[in-house]
Amino acid sequence: MTSTQKDPVIVVLQLTGGNDYFNTVIPHNDPLYMDNRPYIKYPLEDLIKVDDELSFMPSMGPIKGLYDQGKVAVIHGIGYPDSPRSHFRSMDIWHTCEPDKVGIEGWAGRITQQLDPNKENVLTAINFGHGLPRALVVPGVPVAAIADLSTYGVLTGITDQDQRSKALDLFARMYSPAIGAGAVTDYLRGTGMDALKGADIVKAAPEMYSSNVEYPASAIASHLKDIAQVYLADLGTRIFYTQHATFDTHAGEMMNHPILWREVSEGITAFFDDLHEHGRGENVLMYLFSEFGRRVHDNGSGTDHGAAGASFVIGDMVKGGMYGEYPSRKAEDLEQGDLVPNYDFRGAYSSIVEDWMGLDAKPIVNGNFEKLAFL
Amino acid sequence: MSHKDDLAQMAHLMRRAGFGATRGELERRVAVGYEATVEELLNPPKEDSGGPAGTFAMLTRYHPNTLLPGGVPTLGQSSWMYHMINSPNPLVEKVALFWHHVFATGNSKVDNCDQLLEQVEMFREFGMGNYRTMLVELSKNPAMIYWLDNNENHRDAVNENWGRELLELFSMGVSNYTEVDVREASRAFTGWTIAPKVPRLPYGRFPWRFDYREEDHDDTEKTFLGHSGNFNGEDIIDIIVKEPATIRFICRHLYNFFVADEVQVPAWTIEPARDEEALDVMVNTLEESNYDIKTLLRVVFNSDFFKNATYAKIKSPAEVVAGTLRLVEDWNTPRPGIKDIGLQPGYMGQSILDPPSVEGWYTGAEWINSGSLLARINFVADRVADTSLSGVKKIIADMKADGVSTPDELVQASLEHMGFLELSPETKKQLLEHAKGGGNLDWNDEAASGTRIGEVLALVGATTEYQFG
Repeated sequence: MTSTQKDPVIVVLQLTGGNDYFNTVIPHNDPLYMDNRPYIKYPLEDLIKVDDELSFMPSMGPIKGLYDQGKVAVIHGIGYPDSPRSHFRSMDIWHTCEPDKVGIEGWAGRITQQLDPNKENVLTAINFGHGLPRALVVPGVPVAAIADLSTYGVLTGITDQDQRSKALDLFARMYSPAIGAGAVTDYLRGTGMDALKGADIVKAAPEMYSSNVEYPASAIASHLKDIAQVYLADLGTRIFYTQHATFDTHAGEMMNHPILWREVSEGITAFFDDLHEHGRGENVLMYLFSEFGRRVHDNGSGTDHGAAGASFVIGDMVKGGMYGEYPSRKAEDLEQGDLVPNYDFRGAYSSIVEDWMGLDAKPIVNGNFEKLAFL
Repeated sequence: MSHKDDLAQMAHLMRRAGFGATRGELERRVAVGYEATVEELLNPPKEDSGGPAGTFAMLTRYHPNTLLPGGVPTLGQSSWMYHMINSPNPLVEKVALFWHHVFATGNSKVDNCDQLLEQVEMFREFGMGNYRTMLVELSKNPAMIYWLDNNENHRDAVNENWGRELLELFSMGVSNYTEVDVREASRAFTGWTIAPKVPRLPYGRFPWRFDYREEDHDDTEKTFLGHSGNFNGEDIIDIIVKEPATIRFICRHLYNFFVADEVQVPAWTIEPARDEEALDVMVNTLEESNYDIKTLLRVVFNSDFFKNATYAKIKSPAEVVAGTLRLVEDWNTPRPGIKDIGLQPGYMGQSILDPPSVEGWYTGAEWINSGSLLARINFVADRVADTSLSGVKKIIADMKADGVSTPDELVQASLEHMGFLELSPETKKQLLEHAKGGGNLDWNDEAASGTRIGEVLALVGATTEYQFG
């Protein structure tokens, strides 16, 4: 599969742990914010006003800059019915689009499968970080995981070139598919072959990259920089996935939440600045989500697991603004003390899959869901 | 059984009940016998042996900061990896790793490796004891209390984090209780906190200890899983351990860790166990032994379902790193650069003492992706091909003494030294073809022979078979 500079790509940024929606996009006129948050709230004067109703929390300045340019869509009240309030299950549901049973196929993995059904490019989807989020996993579909772009390759310890090429030949033979080896060994062999091919291709990216943009020092900024390098090298990667953690602010929220969002906001603006420096911003869409929002009433030092949250869609081609409705904060409208989701996350996925990637969303998200017009 | 079969079976036991063994150790253990070895592993000497020739004392002397690494996770990770590599009681470390998988507590939030290492010490001490006692110890463990916010669980402001995970992840499994049960369990644990509550800045770190504050405990009536009373935390644990779901859940975890890879935990409410019969044996054993983990492990290690479960488990990254370093006898004394052994499992997707969340790690085939597989293969290959390491030197000396010469003998001996690995016939054939390219070993040039052996060992380490534990 060849890539062209016109192929749309997505960058998924997962806010792991459950971001506190009520304390991120804040309905600043609502007395219920102050009432429910005796301890866990930002001073009203520090909020970044977006419109008459809503503000961003104080460290989202860089994102507000993009918002003012019309490049940020905020999706309100996102989630799914009957949130289990477990990180594990919630993340699984977001990854597999299966709220009622345990799914084994991830939505981003299914996109990969549709984009590259013949597995011609082992780099169609890449996770930047250790391990693989389930969103990217579909049995038999190759996905690369790059913890650090600068050190990536097979049997890199063998320095003698002739010896290494013989060893890599043997490796390729040992890992080529075999009949009757069993599912796990098949998987190991497939992964080994993908690793061998991917490593060979990806080593070009850092060699080709140069930029004047300085990324801030944070784990998420390093991953976004790696993503920029691979994207700018035109290796045909269409799905980039990474995450930042941990938004699980049961305690110490007022210390940690501002830092997390500062790192995310600054990382994102550096990333888009980098793309723009290379004139390559228009085909990249970034999607931010978290597995759930947090409880409306704080617990004294943080907030517990909740339900509805917010997602963000960022990019040059995005029709910026507020989408959907902020769920009611009134006590009688809450479910077990939580904001009730009023928009199914699979609708947001569908909008991206169909209106950005140009694929049929139904088999990817397991059904038809209301889309939003942020593209 | 032939002597080689005995050695292969012992290699299997040592991979599961420890972190693998050199051929020399396997020979010694086979001479003692399988069942006797199981007993030895289950009954480590009471006093802390300090490791061979004061290995652990040396760690503290040369790297004092690994004793109380504070908020520096790598030092804490290095300290534990050093113990996995060097402990004369490998099952103690293995069991501690098991509980760390289940009771996953992470430095990302605790920001206190002193307390995390103390938790590991608690796993060492109570890990093979009574499961009820373990849950009580866990409930009082300062790192856990902080990790799941029980220090923020107050009589008039209940925090459900600990109460929920105790039920969902540490005992019963999801869907065996209601939201009300979560609430009631959490109420029973109000007042279970840590002391001293001194902010780290600007005062520095104070060791935490468990502190029960009666005045902050909600002593009113609770109704939990159909039982009512003025329950405190231990009462909740007493009710939990008697639930059939609990024993099954813990046995399935033990099966997944010691016997064969299961589907991932969230699927356990839906998918039947990989071996229902084996699980029933384990459930009955744990019940009859009054939750004694050691009795259960004895039954498991001596069972046919365990002995037959070869190549049924993908090694965790900690097992890859500790097992390989034990084999090559690297890091059996401290030296500069010790952080590397703490970082390596993380490169393969398992930052010990820092799991991605309280759910721990996805295991089995989920350990493997193109990035982690590369990290595993490269790590092993680099170590076993390093002829300056004493374990590799011993392998070379053994091969010389055994008169290993032809490519066939070289491949066979390499497989035996790497844990009596059994390769698929096709892979073995290809490896042999490759080895034939170099001809017979020439023992007149010992350096060249050593390099050849190292290369074949590296390629054995790069096989799919070596990825299994």
